[in-house]
Amino acid sequence: MHEESIGSKVVKWILIGISFIFVFLMLVLPLITVITEALKQGWKVYLEAVSDNYTIKAVILTLEATVCAVAVNTIFGLFAAWALSKFHFKGKKLLSTLIDLPVTVSPIIAGLIFVLTFGRQSPIYPFLEEMDIKIVFAVPGIILATIFVTFPFISRELIPVLEVQGTDEEEAAALMGAKGFTIFRKITFPHIKWAFLYGIVLCAARAMGEFGAVSVLSGHLRGKTNTLPLHVEILFNEFKYVPAFAVSSILVMMAVLILIIKSVVEYIGKRESEDVR
Amino acid sequence: MKKANKRVIPGFGLSMGVTISILSVMVLIPLASLVVFTLHMDLGEIINTITKKRVLASFEVSFLTALIASVINAVMGVILAWVLVRYEFPFKRLLDGMIELPFALPTAVAGIALTSLTADTGLIGGFFAKFGIKIAYTRIGITVALVFIGIPFVVRAVQPVLEKLDSSYEEAGVVLGASRKRIFWKVIFPEIKPAIFTGFGLAFGRCLGEYGSVVFIAGNQPFETEITPLIIMSELQEYDYASATAIALVMLSASFLILFLVNLIQMRNTRILKGGN
Amino acid sequence: MKKRILRLSLAATVLLASIVGFTGCGSNKADDTVTLTNVSYDPTRELYESYNKIFAEHWKEKTGQDIEITQSHGGSGKQALEVANGLEADVVTLALEYDVNAIRDAGLIEDGWVSEFENDSAPYTSTIVFLVRKGNPKNIQDWDDLVKEDIGVITPNPKTSGGARWNYLAAWAYADQLYNGDEAQVKDFIKKLYQNVLVLDSGARGATTTFVENGQGDVLLAWENEAYLSIKDYPDDYEIITPSVSILAQPSVAIVDKVVDDRGTREAATEYLQYLYSDEAQRIAGDNYYRPSNEAILKEYADVFNLDINLITIQEFGGWDEAQTKHFADGGVFDEIYEKSE
Repeated sequence: MHEESIGSKVVKWILIGISFIFVFLMLVLPLITVITEALKQGWKVYLEAVSDNYTIKAVILTLEATVCAVAVNTIFGLFAAWALSKFHFKGKKLLSTLIDLPVTVSPIIAGLIFVLTFGRQSPIYPFLEEMDIKIVFAVPGIILATIFVTFPFISRELIPVLEVQGTDEEEAAALMGAKGFTIFRKITFPHIKWAFLYGIVLCAARAMGEFGAVSVLSGHLRGKTNTLPLHVEILFNEFKYVPAFAVSSILVMMAVLILIIKSVVEYIGKRESEDVR
Repeated sequence: MKKANKRVIPGFGLSMGVTISILSVMVLIPLASLVVFTLHMDLGEIINTITKKRVLASFEVSFLTALIASVINAVMGVILAWVLVRYEFPFKRLLDGMIELPFALPTAVAGIALTSLTADTGLIGGFFAKFGIKIAYTRIGITVALVFIGIPFVVRAVQPVLEKLDSSYEEAGVVLGASRKRIFWKVIFPEIKPAIFTGFGLAFGRCLGEYGSVVFIAGNQPFETEITPLIIMSELQEYDYASATAIALVMLSASFLILFLVNLIQMRNTRILKGGN
Repeated sequence: MKKRILRLSLAATVLLASIVGFTGCGSNKADDTVTLTNVSYDPTRELYESYNKIFAEHWKEKTGQDIEITQSHGGSGKQALEVANGLEADVVTLALEYDVNAIRDAGLIEDGWVSEFENDSAPYTSTIVFLVRKGNPKNIQDWDDLVKEDIGVITPNPKTSGGARWNYLAAWAYADQLYNGDEAQVKDFIKKLYQNVLVLDSGARGATTTFVENGQGDVLLAWENEAYLSIKDYPDDYEIITPSVSILAQPSVAIVDKVVDDRGTREAATEYLQYLYSDEAQRIAGDNYYRPSNEAILKEYADVFNLDINLITIQEFGGWDEAQTKHFADGGVFDEIYEKSE
């Protein structure tokens, strides 16, 4: 750390102040609202809602979908980031735009397109029916929708970092005869480690909370195709205000857990890299 | 030089192959079915559907609020990323961890929580109501919900780039006697600009399509606070697939265009940076 | 070059395999239990939770088989859409006939389903009432109070909420009687009413939250059973006003013919819906604030429901298909009201 002038110190604390106020108003207050609403009728109602059989099934399904989404998007993200940042080719802008597109597609539309592609109106539906493959209104549909909405999260984190880093080091290594995977592991990966972690966290968090697209695709079968956000919606629609918030608080806790894991990994990782230095 | 890149670093074929096949299955094929369904109508009908007064008004509402919200997010996102990367202060980790919260909270829950905060009986809404400003059930309310939804995009896009940025540049700048402001605008800003654009573009696209949280806070008055995704939803309720997909296609093209522009700017930027090196 | 193509196809195969892998699991079920899926709309959860219990006992007694019922709840129109798109429901229990007709139009339910069960296949009914704040500070007694200037009305959007179509039609029925069928005046009445609407939520529950939790407006137009649920949660804050004229809301039940034939569950599905008319089931409906269709049992609940209300049926609007085209379709009366109020 270099010396700070008084002026920059003032700027520093103003910026920190703004950040805290903003985060408090926009993020913390809604969170507090969720938790106070959840506990409005006391712990007993809260625990009942949280330990409900359907809630537990919803938690499991949510985790399943999240794991699948993170796995598929990790594979995709690594390859896509490598392809887009290390090479020049025609149609690169188009490709990169297409990758981003799912995030900006309205969740309603995201659900709709899968219903149109695999539902009863689709030309391939008779084939699916014959094979006894259920996609829409079943678990695979939920997984597809979850992957779709979190599609670019990991690649998007990696690409800017890789672009700032440039290709010189990889080129040098390749010229010295290193294999593709070795280059990636030894040279590229250390650069993108943290961005990669952010990507996974972002992807997991978003996958857990996804509501719109999954809601169109799930069919809301209680205990079968209800994810946590859907379970919240249903409780809410059934005039069960307090349990709805109680179940949302599970999602909040799951998110907090992921964020804690992330912080720990980051902390250990950074200390190690400092030790090496 | 360009061509050499392609040859030197290995893995182009494999990474492009994986990227394009996953992209096709997850994104392109489903999106294509949207186009196919829209084509059930002839051009005249499509134009009729998307130029209805009420639909046009909803475009205005959606675009305006999404634009304002993502500008706010871009500014706050850079400040937050800057504070998180450059400064040490108490509760930094906590602040850092809060950023993903909007992803994990189901949008519907966020919408309900934000509405109860900003309605004139709520904590924040009550405060502003004293000055005659209504938040919930107006366009301001929609913007608030969209700011909430979009925060993580800019922060998480800018943060890794800032972290990668070598502080020796700035130190050199300080040694050479440049002012802090000048260093930021001349040295740092150009480096993070592509990331800001990426974040802005993603946030904007996401805000444009957001449904879950907005329906609760918007009031949904036709011509005033009715967003386009809601119109799509109501067309679907009437089992009017063709109209729904036509309007959806307009939104999709809009997000595609925005993203494409963002990517164009971003890539030109990278090229300039590299040329300058 | 060859190598690249090879890799490309390899990648594609792996991907396809993994997707088929996803879909492979999840369709095996124990054989000795019958399973039914009941796709219903939002506020019927408690009703069917209790009903499914007594039905399981009844079925066991009758056939010796165990029965397992999976419930699905959501907005009525959305649920119908999902069944039409391939959600495997054995029976549907939705908010209005029009939504069941949509499933019929998709070719899954046979024509004439309305007369398959008694009372137009509506084992329980409801109506539209006003929920006002305790003490009724704005003294709202009937529909004509809602068009007064300083009244804020909360009702969901009839275009996105099936239930809200009943609200609109109830108001129309009142105005129709008031102006002796002069349609221009009726439209004007409805337009004034919707000009007083502060928040047009997308569903009934959203509207209730707006009114109850966020304190917007003076009166909420609600289904009677939903209004009672709010009263139950906040007995000291609200009261129910029953207008002089309202509409008979008939939530429809139907067997999804194609699904039960494929799955071989027709017998169980028929019994499931038929048993809704039994005395026991009718009382469960009454306990959940739905009006039982059995007159004798309805009388047992005379202290809960206002039975003097003049209930108009959908038939006076020419049935749902006609009402839908005239009022709620694109360019219908509801759109007209908003286009002109610009």
